[in-house]
Amino acid sequence: MTDRTSPPGPVRAPAREGQFTHLRLDKVSRRFGDKLVLDGLDLRIAGGEFVALLGPSGCGKSTALNCLAGLLPLSGGGIWLDERRVDTLPPERRGFGMVFQNYALFPHMSVRRNVGFGLRMRGIARQEARARVDEALRLVQLAPYADRLPGQLSGGQQQRVAIARAIVIEPPLVLMDEPLSNLDAALRLDMRTEIRRLHQSLGLTTVYVTHDQEEALSLADRLVVLREGVVQQVGTPEELYRSPANPYVAGFMGYRNLFAMTVTGGEGGHATARGLGIELTGVAGEGVGSGPATVAIRPEDFLVGEPPADAENVIEVGVEVVEYHGRELAVQARLPEGQALRLRTSTRVERGETVRVWVPKDRVLIFADATAISPQPGPPQSGAPDATGSGQETAAEASAS
Amino acid sequence: MTPVTSASTSPAPNPPAPTAERSGGTGRPALSHRLAERGIDRTLLLLLPGLVFLILLFIYPFVYGLGLSFQPMHGSGALYNYQKFFSDPYERDTIWITLKIGLPAALINVLASVPIAYRLRGRVRGKRALTTALVIPITLGTVLTAIGMIEYFSGTGWLNKILIALHITDIDHPVPLLHNYWGVMLSLLVSGFPFAFLLTLSYLSGIDPSLESAAATLGAGWWQRFRDIVFPLLAPGLAMTFCLNFVLAFSVFPSAVLLGDPERSTHVISIAAYDAAYQEYDYSKASAIAMVMAAVMLIVISIVLFARGRLYRGSSGGKG
Ligand SMILES: Nc1ncnc2c1ncn2[C@@H]1O[C@H](COP(=O)(O)OP(=O)(O)O)[C@@H](O)[C@H]1O
Ligand SMILES: [Mg+2]
Repeated sequence: MTDRTSPPGPVRAPAREGQFTHLRLDKVSRRFGDKLVLDGLDLRIAGGEFVALLGPSGCGKSTALNCLAGLLPLSGGGIWLDERRVDTLPPERRGFGMVFQNYALFPHMSVRRNVGFGLRMRGIARQEARARVDEALRLVQLAPYADRLPGQLSGGQQQRVAIARAIVIEPPLVLMDEPLSNLDAALRLDMRTEIRRLHQSLGLTTVYVTHDQEEALSLADRLVVLREGVVQQVGTPEELYRSPANPYVAGFMGYRNLFAMTVTGGEGGHATARGLGIELTGVAGEGVGSGPATVAIRPEDFLVGEPPADAENVIEVGVEVVEYHGRELAVQARLPEGQALRLRTSTRVERGETVRVWVPKDRVLIFADATAISPQPGPPQSGAPDATGSGQETAAEASAS
Repeated sequence: MTPVTSASTSPAPNPPAPTAERSGGTGRPALSHRLAERGIDRTLLLLLPGLVFLILLFIYPFVYGLGLSFQPMHGSGALYNYQKFFSDPYERDTIWITLKIGLPAALINVLASVPIAYRLRGRVRGKRALTTALVIPITLGTVLTAIGMIEYFSGTGWLNKILIALHITDIDHPVPLLHNYWGVMLSLLVSGFPFAFLLTLSYLSGIDPSLESAAATLGAGWWQRFRDIVFPLLAPGLAMTFCLNFVLAFSVFPSAVLLGDPERSTHVISIAAYDAAYQEYDYSKASAIAMVMAAVMLIVISIVLFARGRLYRGSSGGKG
């Protein structure tokens, strides 16, 4: 985008006033009726950091964000900005900027008045407010649209107005609730870059909620994976991608093959598991002994064809569905006992064919947790569309991959 | 099959199929498609019952009454009834009397319903019970309400008993709330408020709640959220609510008779029309008064709707 000329890497603006060093969520809980939607969320966010909350629809991401913003009272725990407790303040006194999934632009106000609303509420002098609004609109490349009503803008433009409106007040914390999920595929990629660019140039601490792991991986400095209101893992995109803590996180990080098998042996950090008519050796996770386990493999880690002599984990599968994805094929095959297996390959295979596939044992993860097979893994190949994401998922991922 | 379609789609048996297609498709889409483009299709039939209803029960009586009003029973000239009405202060003043009751009543109902509906807009405990309680006066009808009010507001009614017990007033000087302006006003508030409240509540629920959340995160307190977001989006609905309430109040009749002072301070225009029709048996004059009544309502509504036209009236982002 426009920062092509600026040096690569995260260039952070110096910390501005009103910035904090740490935002601390301390056992934040929220229940609806007797349902615990958020269960003791502990999190420490450094000033200037970009944190993504990742999880499937209904796992409590929006609830967490609304609790942070002050739109929902907590049922337990506390939120601290450095040494100041903020969870007892109403939203208007917290001063966090929020970008909503449905934009929530004021339909009766022009773009300029929408963006200027927060400044007006803060009693900023008219002249300064105008200059800051113009600057914010320039930043999101909407200066020519300042006098339009939101209803006259496209979805992407509306979302840019929403972002400008949230950042123009220079909030200590920006909250974004699936801001891209209502946009079409190409626009989503553009806006993603734009959000990253804004974060790099303004250095605003951001908490970003999404169900799309690709979005989370590409935007965030740190990821928090949630499942039914419980944190599963916190780490950098690389940590999560390399070594997911459990099958659930693995499912989110693209390990779309999650097999329930039984560990029969192992040595030197590796374990061997049997079941489903196959035998696989892989990296043993924490606590893997003998007994039930989950084996996780990424579709793109399979190799197809005539295996070399030293090939590990060779299995024979029947090809069932072949999808053409340009550079490669997405294949669904069956293990001997009928379990589905997904793989991606550039080798030509045909439906009905029986092929031999293998996978290096360092690319296979074995988890002691045998119960936690994700019902909804959401990796790029086909994803599990979020209930809110409608049909745009497939198109988005096709173009993204 | 109708003759038209069979003629155009079944060619002579001789020519081969391609020719038939060409002669059938003259490059113009079928008539039904062209009509559908202009919104003319069979679903228009759904409007028929409404249209018949409108003509039989509204337009016909209106036109008939209008005609009748120009054929005075007494006097001469088509406009005699109107001249008479406007030259007789007793009759002419019914317009002001009715406006003086109707406009404030509608305004108070709308203004009172806004804060209550605003407070109850989301999920609130007991909202359904309250809504039900407010619908009851509507279902009971004006006459029953009026009788209840006589019990309550009369010189020996509960209200005055309480006031006397509290020594706010004494038995010889009960607060006069019946058979005067205030009696009619109170009855219009009792019967009009639930109506205004329910309408306002439904207009409010059409406003996307995330707009208020957004305003809150931008630093707006509840009053600013109401003033800058909710009220501007609600205003067109309030204008509509006001109009409906005004129309109801302007044609007030039973409570003006039962609770008011129908000869003097609450001699409203509908009473004038009633008297003309059933005391004087002058239907022509009654029609003329009814026409004046319609004209006044139309003028007030036009002013309100004209003002409403200057407001933002697009989507309010909600379910509505
Ligand atoms: N106002 C509410 N009342 C009752 N349950 C709710 C409410 N809001 C959310 N929930 C429940 O809380 C869970 C988490 O919701 P949410 O935070 O919106 O999930 P996400 O944003 O991750 O999709 C869901 O199961 C949802 O049904
Ligand atoms: Mg959500």
